[in-house]
Amino acid sequence: MLQPEVIQARRGGFTRRKFIKGVVAAGATASAAGYLFRGSGALSPFLTAQGAVERLVTLNVNGQQRRVEVPRQETLAMTLRYQLGLTGTKLGCDRAECGACTLLIDGVTHYGCSILTHTVRGREVTTIEGLERNGEMHPVQQAVLDEGGFQCAFCAPGFVMSMVGMLDRNPNPTREEAAELLAGNLCRCGDYDKILNTAMRAAELSGARA
Amino acid sequence: MAEKLIGTDIAPPDLPAKITGRARYAEDFHAEGMVFAKLLLSPMPHARVRSVDTRAAEAMEGVLGILRASELPQQEQGIGEAALTDEPKYEGEPVLAVAAVDETTAAAAIEAIRVDFEPLPFVLDPLESLREGGPDARLDGNVGGRGEATTLKWPDSVFDEAGPDRLPMGEPATEWTIGDVDAAFADAAAIVEETIVHQSVTHHPMEPRSCMAYWQNGKLFLHGSTQSTERTRGAVARMAGIDVEDVVMIGEYCGGGFGSKISGVPIMAVPAALSRKIGRPVMLRITRYEENYIGRARAGFQGWAKIGFRADGRMTALDLYLVQDGGPYGRAGDFTTAGMVATASYQPENMRFRGVPVYTNTPPRSAQRAPGGAQIVAMLEPLVDKAARELGVDRLEIRKINAPGHDGWLGAQQSPFTSAFVREALDLGGELFNWEEKIQLSGQRNGTRVTGIGMGLSPFTAGSTGRDGLLVIRPDGKLYIHQGIGNLGTHSIADTARPAAEVLDLSWDQVEIVWGDTSKHLPFSTVQAGSQTTHAHTRANHAAGMAMVGLLQELAALELGGSPTDYRVSEGRVFRAGNRSAGMSFAQAAERAIARGGKFSGGEVPEDLNNVTKGAVAGLAGEGLIAAARDNYPQAGAVFTWVATFAQVELDVETGEVEIVDLASTTDCGTVVHPRSLAAQTNGGVFQGIGMAKSQRWVFDPKWGIPFTKRFYTARPPGILDVPHSPKFAAVDLPDPHTPVGAKGIGEPPVGAGEAAYACAVADAMGGLCLCRTPLTSDMILAELEGRPRPYGLLDTHV
Repeated sequence: MLQPEVIQARRGGFTRRKFIKGVVAAGATASAAGYLFRGSGALSPFLTAQGAVERLVTLNVNGQQRRVEVPRQETLAMTLRYQLGLTGTKLGCDRAECGACTLLIDGVTHYGCSILTHTVRGREVTTIEGLERNGEMHPVQQAVLDEGGFQCAFCAPGFVMSMVGMLDRNPNPTREEAAELLAGNLCRCGDYDKILNTAMRAAELSGARA
Repeated sequence: MAEKLIGTDIAPPDLPAKITGRARYAEDFHAEGMVFAKLLLSPMPHARVRSVDTRAAEAMEGVLGILRASELPQQEQGIGEAALTDEPKYEGEPVLAVAAVDETTAAAAIEAIRVDFEPLPFVLDPLESLREGGPDARLDGNVGGRGEATTLKWPDSVFDEAGPDRLPMGEPATEWTIGDVDAAFADAAAIVEETIVHQSVTHHPMEPRSCMAYWQNGKLFLHGSTQSTERTRGAVARMAGIDVEDVVMIGEYCGGGFGSKISGVPIMAVPAALSRKIGRPVMLRITRYEENYIGRARAGFQGWAKIGFRADGRMTALDLYLVQDGGPYGRAGDFTTAGMVATASYQPENMRFRGVPVYTNTPPRSAQRAPGGAQIVAMLEPLVDKAARELGVDRLEIRKINAPGHDGWLGAQQSPFTSAFVREALDLGGELFNWEEKIQLSGQRNGTRVTGIGMGLSPFTAGSTGRDGLLVIRPDGKLYIHQGIGNLGTHSIADTARPAAEVLDLSWDQVEIVWGDTSKHLPFSTVQAGSQTTHAHTRANHAAGMAMVGLLQELAALELGGSPTDYRVSEGRVFRAGNRSAGMSFAQAAERAIARGGKFSGGEVPEDLNNVTKGAVAGLAGEGLIAAARDNYPQAGAVFTWVATFAQVELDVETGEVEIVDLASTTDCGTVVHPRSLAAQTNGGVFQGIGMAKSQRWVFDPKWGIPFTKRFYTARPPGILDVPHSPKFAAVDLPDPHTPVGAKGIGEPPVGAGEAAYACAVADAMGGLCLCRTPLTSDMILAELEGRPRPYGLLDTHV
């Protein structure tokens, strides 16, 4: 359902109370989503129609400076996926419940669905696409290959990014510590045993490299 | 000799793509000029659309088109469901769709559409619908029949007689009997009888069912999330009202389905029709919130079981009655499967099964990983424990006493099994878990924590026959294995391909898997459901591998002289026995096959191939040495897999919280193809079962018929901290003698095993007290432990 707050922001003067009343009176409508793609300037000539303000911002994504026009309410996950073509960051829940959109900002894990793009100007954003260096996989990625990790793998980019963040905080975790540090990510296939094997292997490989 | 492939750990070839962001799921595709759609969802659990005013929406800048239910090529028919409807039968059912230049505009347009809904009677509780004068979920009836709804009402006397705490059992819709249960009860040494409730559960795969469609030269290109690529093509053609040849289905990766995306999903019809209507590619992104509504759910049950045992623990009678909460569409078969699965666990000497599938105004049901099977195992295993306690028989022993052997039987027809190493799996599990010692810990209290020990034995279907395999050796010398099955996370696109390479004695690095796009010429395949795939496609690829060996030998004899039987195939060459140099490489063979044409490169195909495979071969003709074959291996009996799970829990009597301290699972799934993946799928299924037993509520507002539990945080599947961090696993690993590779499926049976093991362990920690319902939430457990009145009725569903 559209969040009343969002509606209010978008159409000045339309109060939450009026919105709810309108729903009751008209018998309509439970619609749409809490996470909406607003569209880029290139895609849509109609942006002003819905009252959004575009800002041209420069982002540092995977070591590259990228200039994008973003409305104030656009989340980083949407900018990455729909403006920068970085679709490795997945949207599983759109509300900070599943961690599929986990990425790094200045080396710290964040949910891409829950951070506004304009707030990361001047900060280093790293996505799953930015982990390889000179064609060589990151130790966490190599660990996944070694352990045959993940099933459907829709959660995999998020888990991999969480593991990268985890090793930064605790380079040599126990299985239990790793589970605590990865608890912000959900795997519906329930592949947690292999995910923890992967985390252990990643710590081993990172240690060997360091 | 090339390396052995069956029984070894080989990571699937698509894994690098999955962890670098290169793997593209449905929402990751982008087409030139792509626009976005949003859905208008019904605000009521049952209503009729009187009128729709779209003028304001159509006048908005950026709105490109509106799609109504009446414009869909495939309309709602009988008990069937369409993607959009003017008679929504659950809150959240899609009524219409809007396409706009971006999602915000589409959503704003949805808000500007005025729909006049006429509220209709609705029902959430199946038993309420079975009462005289009770509401029906559908205008045409309340109970699922064959292709149409029927009406079934029970007289008040049935309800009065049962009272509030016992399942009322009026006239059933389905009934079958083996022997005479009443006579057996008369002679039983122990009888347990309980009313049991199992909740419905939304599938919630990680990837919502987003999909994108566009049309080009009269063909529909659909990017969607599906468990079975080739078998989704026909479903999409029916949705779009076009010939199957005019559909290109692209589903390279599927972010989980668990039965909710078997051959695509109904909502695929929306971008297909909208993109045709407005002449632009349409992306329909499904949110988690929408996934709760349209993402399918497991059917729930209100049930009753009465079970009789001899003094030695043998089950002499099982009397089962299940009332199914089936949502508003179709006829979820969970309840009939449940009856069948019970026989595969216990082989009751006498049995009566009765059931009624009732429609409710709740989200649609579909198969969910062990549909019916997981529920019945979780419902009955705690009762078996209860009987074992009463009889003084060990709880592992009572399962062994009742489990089928190779002479076992299945269901009302009492069909034979192809194999059943169930006792072997139970013995292995007993050792792995250390049952003898663990059972001594039962009931031990340490501070506020009490230990409970439990186990569950869970059977499910695990195979099918008659599919096709399709192989091409191209001039690059590699073997291309075409797979029409989907890539849903089970690694089956790669693992079921192994037999083809193995019979050709080919190294795995010389193999390329072709999958995920019907324009790539995919053979006729199973739907990936019922845990069929491992069995069905190891057979089909084995058959195709043998056909390829035959073609290579025949080609070599024609090219190099001698008879076909003089030639051997190994490590990428066909050569005269004993002389590797007298022969051809696969690359040379491919070139010679192309030059000769005919049966060597797809010009002639075996007559018994499915037409889908014939079409695929025709598309590949002339590109290499092509072998296609149907799985004609003989088979007699039902293919079943069994999983046994053992759990040690600690129940905190002050909080009602349960921690799983130790977990071990074993299986008879025939020959092990991919050990690491097998363990992972078993553990994952067990965890899914534990989620149902522990936390995944399905709660509705009874007054307005709207769900409260519609996101992960309100109906949470197990997270990494909810499960033990080192679950144990072992497989019996004995081949099924009826299939060439010996392998059976594994997807489904772990769910019921995990769910039952958890339920039994919690009951054990409570001194053998069975609450006889799922989920067993902390508040329910605590109310029971503290002797407070239950905050729910024994038959209440959706609590």
